[in-house]
Amino acid sequence: MIVPFGHVLILAGLLFLMGMVCMIVRRSLIMILLGVEIMLNAAAIILVGSSLLWQQLEGQSIVLFVFAIAGAEVSVGLALIVWGYRQTGSVDPRDYNLLK
Amino acid sequence: MTTYSIIFYLLALLILGSTAMAITRRNLIHVVIYLIFSFFGSAMLFYLFGAPFLAVLEVIIYAGAIMVLFLFIVIMMKLKPDKERLFPLNQWLPAAFFGVVYIAIGMGLVIAEPGSRITLKTAWADPGLFGQYIFEKHWLSIEIVSLLLLVALIGALLLGRRSKKVPTASAPEGEK
Repeated sequence: MIVPFGHVLILAGLLFLMGMVCMIVRRSLIMILLGVEIMLNAAAIILVGSSLLWQQLEGQSIVLFVFAIAGAEVSVGLALIVWGYRQTGSVDPRDYNLLK
Repeated sequence: MTTYSIIFYLLALLILGSTAMAITRRNLIHVVIYLIFSFFGSAMLFYLFGAPFLAVLEVIIYAGAIMVLFLFIVIMMKLKPDKERLFPLNQWLPAAFFGVVYIAIGMGLVIAEPGSRITLKTAWADPGLFGQYIFEKHWLSIEIVSLLLLVALIGALLLGRRSKKVPTASAPEGEK
């Protein structure tokens, strides 16, 4: 016996909200990418919790794919940030106005 | 209250606390270090939920690979410590209001739902059985995801390659 499933949901929801706040409020591309990572982690927690609730392995196998997608996303995202940094000399999204 | 539930609440406190510290720090290196703590907490949570293989993967991929990648990028870029301020009050007050309403409705939904009151039982997904299950039921997805990782690798290589002449680089230099 661990805890009611609702507490896992609340934990993951709060974590997801924190990731969203980090993504929206902080003005740095690196913090935006970190916010996405936090949100993916919250989704993984909820998937493992529901896998335990229904005693099925499906949830855990989806988490494996979430990890792979997080790895792909972060590698391409950081390469894009480095590329943009070379072009504009900053990681502030407000400086990315080359099309103006 | 069993030992497991005490461990769960401690871990929840650890994860939420370190994430809250992380998203409010100015220094990006501190952010990354706090997030490593948060991901270690999540790994222990996975272990508590009976997913030892995923706990190991969380430590290796998230706390190890991804965060070290962020750390390298933060260290190698010479970032100015810019004074980022919060948005003006009349901008973020409606957003905070909607966020609080969202939290309240979400919590009410979770509490009202009868399915969320089911207590979780401890279980253990053996890593060998888990791997067998993955490669029996989801072998095609594994192949697709490995192709995705290959594409991401090639894309990161292409983006990171320093081109000889960047046509747009002169425009922002002239403005400054």
